[in-house]
Amino acid sequence: MEIKVLGPGCKKCHETEKVVKEVVRETGADASVEYITDIAKIAGYGIFSTPGVVIDGKVKSTGKVPSKAEVKSWLGK
Amino acid sequence: MKTIDENSCACNDGACAPGAMNIGENSENRITTARYILAGIPILAVWWLLYELLEPVARWLAAHFAQYLTVFHLSPGVIEHLRSTVEFFFFEGPKVLMLLLLVVFGVGVVRSWFSPEKTRKILAGKRESAGNVLAALLGVVTPFCSCSACPLFIGFVSASVPLGVTFSFLISSPMVNEVALVLLYGLFGWKIAAIYMSTGLVIAIIAGWTIGRLKMEHYLEDWVLELQVGESAAWEEEKKSFADRIRYGLEAVREIVGRVWIYVLLGIAVGAGIHGWVPTGTMASIMGKSTWWSVPVAVLIGIPFYSNAAGIIPIVSALMEKGAALGTTLAFMMSVIAISLPEMVILRKVLKPRLLMIFAGVVAVGIIIVGYLFNVLI
Repeated sequence: MEIKVLGPGCKKCHETEKVVKEVVRETGADASVEYITDIAKIAGYGIFSTPGVVIDGKVKSTGKVPSKAEVKSWLGK
Repeated sequence: MKTIDENSCACNDGACAPGAMNIGENSENRITTARYILAGIPILAVWWLLYELLEPVARWLAAHFAQYLTVFHLSPGVIEHLRSTVEFFFFEGPKVLMLLLLVVFGVGVVRSWFSPEKTRKILAGKRESAGNVLAALLGVVTPFCSCSACPLFIGFVSASVPLGVTFSFLISSPMVNEVALVLLYGLFGWKIAAIYMSTGLVIAIIAGWTIGRLKMEHYLEDWVLELQVGESAAWEEEKKSFADRIRYGLEAVREIVGRVWIYVLLGIAVGAGIHGWVPTGTMASIMGKSTWWSVPVAVLIGIPFYSNAAGIIPIVSALMEKGAALGTTLAFMMSVIAISLPEMVILRKVLKPRLLMIFAGVVAVGIIIVGYLFNVLI
């Protein structure tokens, strides 16, 4: 599974990265987490309120820090 | 019918909960909703009671403080200054914070109906003028933080929202916000809050429209124009229950009030100092009506000045009390809040310098006109 956290580096974006990484570690999901700050790439996903979370190319959330439960459900755990 | 369609749609990827579970969730939501409403009524009553008590308590506190000071053999003049400073701080501080809690929560709930994605859909392909008005209004209610100004800008332009309409949104969104309005209402009264809100909207509409007329499209950075927006732009919004919206409001309170309370108190502390110590009329010669250059100077000082509404409004409210003219004060406030260096740096990534300068220039001119207008009218 390929998880991308998108954000130009605001506080919420870093929080999102932390939440996603924690859930991956806790559930032992087979997933890589990448943090993307490139605005052209972020816009390429059609996201324009950051932070955004993209899993395997699908946009899962935008504009907020997701809860752990939400991230778990995206990972199918 | 629509919800059923969407549910079956979501089931296509196989990861969806069966219908029975949805019903369970619904009743759980209903219980939470009932709980929120039951808790909300007594909380509101307590809020109102406390709010009514603020003024007598602050006066009592300040009077006792003054009595205590007599021990130190200070002159009556000094004691009066200190008393009025303390009274100002202990009345205005809690009052503004309480108003913030209530209004930020309310606005948070309203905002749960809006999202930048939805706003973009509404604005896409809109013609100018009507589009500018709509964009300025949506700027007030769409949740959006300045750190995502860039992706939002690209998202709008790539969805064929006209450039001028996008700017109307970008100008009104930071300028007309609930924190500024609460502070203005609390410290200046509802008339000035209303004037600020309507002139802020008018500036956003007219400045955006003007930028649209100037046909600046090729002053966007080249990569923005070449950009292909991905398929996933068609991202479906999740359904929100009433309980979700309440939670959204509470989250807004935690985030916004948690961030600004310290600036509010600092600003009010400085304002209280000015209120108690600066003689009435001091500001008249610098920021008064008769000083013709004060409006543009106030705007020029305000542009690089970076402060949020929370810190600046209590200070200017105290200045106005000391003889600063309304128009000059409004102009200073607007330029501090609407144009800031950090935002310009962010926008520089997508705008060529010339368009960036024109954006700042048009907004500054708009603010200056508003400043003069109010100095002449009132």
